[in-house]
Order: sequence, then C-alpha cells, then structure tokens
Amino acid sequence: MYEKKITSMHLDVLKEIGNIGAAHAATALSTLLNKKIDMRVPKVEMVSFDDMMDLAGGAENVVAGIYLRIEGEVTGSMFFVLPIEQANRFIRRLIQDDSFDFQTGAVSEMGASAMQELGNILSGSYLSALSDFTRMKIYPTVPALSIDMVGAIISFGLVEVSHISDYVIVIDTAINEEDVPNSESVKGHFFLLPDPESFEAIFQALGVQ
Amino acid sequence: MLGQGQVVKVGIADMNIAKTPNTIRTSGLGSCVGVVLYDERSKIAGMIHVMLPDSSLGRSESINIAKFADTGIPAMIEQLKLEGIQPFKLRAKIAGGAQMFQFSSGRDTMRIGPRNVEAVKEYLKKFSIPIVSEDTGGSSGRTIEFNPATGMLNIRTVNQGVRDI
Repeated sequence: MYEKKITSMHLDVLKEIGNIGAAHAATALSTLLNKKIDMRVPKVEMVSFDDMMDLAGGAENVVAGIYLRIEGEVTGSMFFVLPIEQANRFIRRLIQDDSFDFQTGAVSEMGASAMQELGNILSGSYLSALSDFTRMKIYPTVPALSIDMVGAIISFGLVEVSHISDYVIVIDTAINEEDVPNSESVKGHFFLLPDPESFEAIFQALGVQ
Repeated sequence: MLGQGQVVKVGIADMNIAKTPNTIRTSGLGSCVGVVLYDERSKIAGMIHVMLPDSSLGRSESINIAKFADTGIPAMIEQLKLEGIQPFKLRAKIAGGAQMFQFSSGRDTMRIGPRNVEAVKEYLKKFSIPIVSEDTGGSSGRTIEFNPATGMLNIRTVNQGVRDI
C-alpha cells in the first residue's frame, strides 16, 4: 500500500509544494480583493477519510466549495473551500453588492459566477506555481462550485483514492483575512489530494527517491 | 421528542448498529449512499455508509468491507443475524447518491453517485430486502438519522430543508 512508502522527507517535499502553490494563490486573492490575506504554514498529513472531514471543519459544516480535477503528468483533486461567511465577504467585495448572500435561496448568477471565477484564478495560480516548480505538465479542469456540506463536497474527491486506500495524503493550506478574528471555523482552505499513482511522479520530478 | 437515547455515529465507509432508544446517523453524504437495514419489531437498525459500488474496484490487499455495496450489505445482514434478526424480516431505506458537481467530461468517477445507488439496489434485491423508501440522486448533500423506534429516516439537506421518509 502506498502509505507505507512515504517518509518524512517526502512529506517535507509535499509541504513545499503546498507552500509555493498557496503562496501564489494567496497573493492572487489579495490582489483581487485588495486586502491582506494571511497564509498558514501548510500541513501535509496522511489522514483517514473521517479525519479529512474534520480538517475541513466537520462533515456538516456548510461551505462554498470549488472543486477541480487535475490532469496531466500529475493527477488528483483540488478543493478551495471557504466558510459561507467568508465566501460572502469575498463576493460582496468583488461584485460590490452588499446584499449578496450564498445562503439565500436564489443566489444571483453574478455572484455564483464570480465565485467560480475566483476559484478559477486561485487554483490556476496554485497549479501554475506547482507546474513551474516541478516542471511537470498539469492541466486543471474547469472548476465546479457547490454550496453544501463539506463532507458531501470533499468525499467526491476521495473517490479516486478510496479505490486503493482508506487513507489520503492531503496538502492543506489554510488562509485567513488579516482583519477578521482567527478561529478554526472561519478559515478557508486549499486542499490538494494527489492521486496515489502521482506521488511517484512528483518525487521523481523533484529528484527525491 | 423524548430522545433519551444516544446517537450512534457512522463515518465514511463505515457501518454500525443501533437499538432503540438510540438513533443512528451519518453526516455529509454526497455521492456516497447511506443504507439502513432495520427490523420494525425488534427495533434494531444497521447503517452502512457506502462509498463505492463494487469491491472489484478496490486495488488494495486488504479491503474495508463497509466501503463497498457488494460487501457491506451482506456483512450487515450477518451482523444483524447475530442480533437475532432473520434476514427475511429486514426492510431497507436508502438515501444519498447525489451528483455534487456537473462536469462535461464523461469520466466514470463523475457518475459515482448514480452508480452507487444502482449497486445498492442490485444487492438489496439479491438478498430480497424490500426498499420501503428512498431519497436518492439530485445534487445536494445529505445528513441522515434513523430512529429504530419509529422506523423513520430523517434527512437534512442544506438547500432543500428537512424531511422524514
């Protein structure tokens, strides 16, 4: 099983990937919103599926989730997950409409499309940084948006891994707005879940045995 | 509700049993399917959180039987037998199998929700367990809780409210 071959050096390499990718994405976000965005030191962990949900605030936590598949020399799933209040703040700022709310029944098309575009830009900057760093070809699919329980959203990205294992290696970078009080529940996350077959390719590209 | 009981939790690719006055629940079902097998008279219920349709899709040496429809359902039937419930008394309620995201690409993984539902139905049929009610498909996540005392399955969604089936 793939989880046995991963050493702490491998985890450090993956951490660096999270660092580089998320730093670019956070910069893009900060520029878009004209606002300071804090990025945490990435966590790389091998977790059970249930623990994965806890990382994202618990399976029932309602979020705005952007999901995309990664194709190319590395394959995997990527999520950009924002607590609803944070997503609301970002979109209100972007479309300059203070009444926008993801939790009202009919979300305006403008707001939903802004959120999708936000996901597009951020995942694009994350992945292009990753591609530059590893010199591997990476093609993201068009991101899809869902406002729902985080468990329902993320379990979708676990399907590939679940064929092979009951554990997943997650590269998790939390982001936070500087002027908003810090708490576990208001953090946004980038989750990168490479498919099990892709780790070998990543390590090889970076010259790690 | 005089809910004096406790809530038995079922994780992802997990299964468990609850007896009245306890209830049993699983949270955040997306493409996964929650399968409840219960006996109305003895007020015992088992719940499986199915993630994949078939264990032949598994590529690891050891498999987690609760993860697949084809292994989870018979395993739960066996567990309920140990509780003294004859398989012919069992009834089923199922929920989940949503398609959380719409993609144009035809990858099989993208259709995992509907495939899980089909597989669950196939295996319930194989063991002659009637499905009393279901809430499957759509594009919403679900949290479900079954009460063995009443035989009702409570389904909570973010966008479509709460209902009992």
